Amino acid sequence: MKHNYDVIIIGSGPGGLAAAIAAKENQAEDVLIIERDIELGGILVQCIHNGFGLEIFDEDMPGPTYAQHFIEKAKGLGIDTLMDTMVLDITPDRKVYAINKRQGYVELFARSIVLAMGCRERTRAQIMLPGSRPAGVYTAGTAQRFVNVEGRMPGEKFVILGSGDIGMIMARRLTIEGARVERVLEIMPYLTGLTRNYVQCLLDYGITLQKQRTVNRIVGRDRVEAIEAVSVDESWNPIPGTMETIPCDSLLLSVGLIPENELSKKAGVLLDPVTNGPYVDDRFMTNVPGIFAAGNVVHVYDLVDWVTEAGTVAGKGAAAFAQAEKVKADEQIPLEAGENIRYVVPHKLTKANLAEELVRLQMRVITPIEERVLVTVEDQNGEVVAKKAEAYARPGEILSLAIKPKAFDAVQNAMKLTVNVRKR
Amino acid sequence: MVETSEIICVACPKGCTLQVKHEDKDVVEIIGAGCRRGKDYAICELQDPRRMVASTVKVKGGLHPLVPVYTREGFPKPLIPQLARKLREVEVPAPVKINQVVLKDALGTGIDIITSRDMPRVN
Repeated sequence: MKHNYDVIIIGSGPGGLAAAIAAKENQAEDVLIIERDIELGGILVQCIHNGFGLEIFDEDMPGPTYAQHFIEKAKGLGIDTLMDTMVLDITPDRKVYAINKRQGYVELFARSIVLAMGCRERTRAQIMLPGSRPAGVYTAGTAQRFVNVEGRMPGEKFVILGSGDIGMIMARRLTIEGARVERVLEIMPYLTGLTRNYVQCLLDYGITLQKQRTVNRIVGRDRVEAIEAVSVDESWNPIPGTMETIPCDSLLLSVGLIPENELSKKAGVLLDPVTNGPYVDDRFMTNVPGIFAAGNVVHVYDLVDWVTEAGTVAGKGAAAFAQAEKVKADEQIPLEAGENIRYVVPHKLTKANLAEELVRLQMRVITPIEERVLVTVEDQNGEVVAKKAEAYARPGEILSLAIKPKAFDAVQNAMKLTVNVRKR
Repeated sequence: MVETSEIICVACPKGCTLQVKHEDKDVVEIIGAGCRRGKDYAICELQDPRRMVASTVKVKGGLHPLVPVYTREGFPKPLIPQLARKLREVEVPAPVKINQVVLKDALGTGIDIITSRDMPRVN
């Protein structure tokens, strides 16, 4: 198993897949996707409904089909994958620590990283729903995974809180699978999902939507037995006399998504308190050099096509950053101790750095010279790149010399640089 | 007699609201459609409403116990509940390929039900 990569992508949803493909197509040699699930595709795997790909392919595809297109492309390009693997930590200098059942604990290094962890659903705790804590309260996406991937029905009679798209899509899906959806409740005075989903998911199946209405209390000890619904005013205060007990065995929550940035924070990535995602530049690089972010990890999108586009931009950026890192590493040349020099610090010089700032060398002589000396920095052909006169040279006193940016051109052909101290 | 019906187009995520003037099922005028598909949708909605349907069918020996499927084209709306029941009875052996037909000519509509992904075999 390789440990050093040009680009490591964390997450294989639409953002991660697009980033990996773009990185590989833009000269990144070693690209790795790390995915916690047993297969690639992220949340698209459970989004079996149509409506994906209209912008990019001008075609109306189900989620799994959209994902498979990019999965096949990634595999065809020879992108490495590490499946069923959880990333535990990322450092600002781009080390990645991960764990899985096969290799145990692994340490990896990337010249650049693309964060593509997507988002997570808000839960009961985040909206502070009162009542007991029985089984049968699910986020809409969890129920979607059960029904569409794992083949389990989470209940028979549902109330759905929130008119977001996932909630409405699940209302239809549960109905198709033979369950009853008693009600969709929305605390806002307007629909929070797309109108087309109201038509084709609720109206088509005769499911009632009530706006400015929410869950007052969950009833049930071991399993949900009912929920109490109540109308609210503009400040979300319950309006007396509007309570209704709706018997049901499950409550689905479709109450918003939050970018998933636990790992980002560990890497020192700064988050915008409004989006809950990283601050990014126009190539989707975060404040940490070499760490990029793409898709719902940055902000929650409503179309997958835009996530793919963001992933492509981030992947290109990551590839370019990795290339630049490589060039830098390649263009380092040794600084060697020459005539009457015991040592030189630093030991290596990055040529490109001279374009912007001077590089200071410090060294000690072997033998004292109590008369005027010349310190020279010479390339392999004896061409002098920098020099400095001193009144004397003593082993007890450090000699200092700066290679200035004006020497930038002179060092470009150097294979190594040697420092010498000679009598004038 | 010419009536006006409001129809919300579901052809794409824009969801245009269409004002459709029609005499029974014959469309006279459509206002508010953002594109050609909206006009087609309005006509279809009056004469023969159809929807894309997505569901799952059982898989034997696959990576997951289900494979997602969908209607190759819009399916007659009144027949959707019957189609849903029918699909719950279908089972296919793994491996499954994308675009594989799992139910041909569903309910005599001439519409095939196809898979939306590969489902590899797992022992």
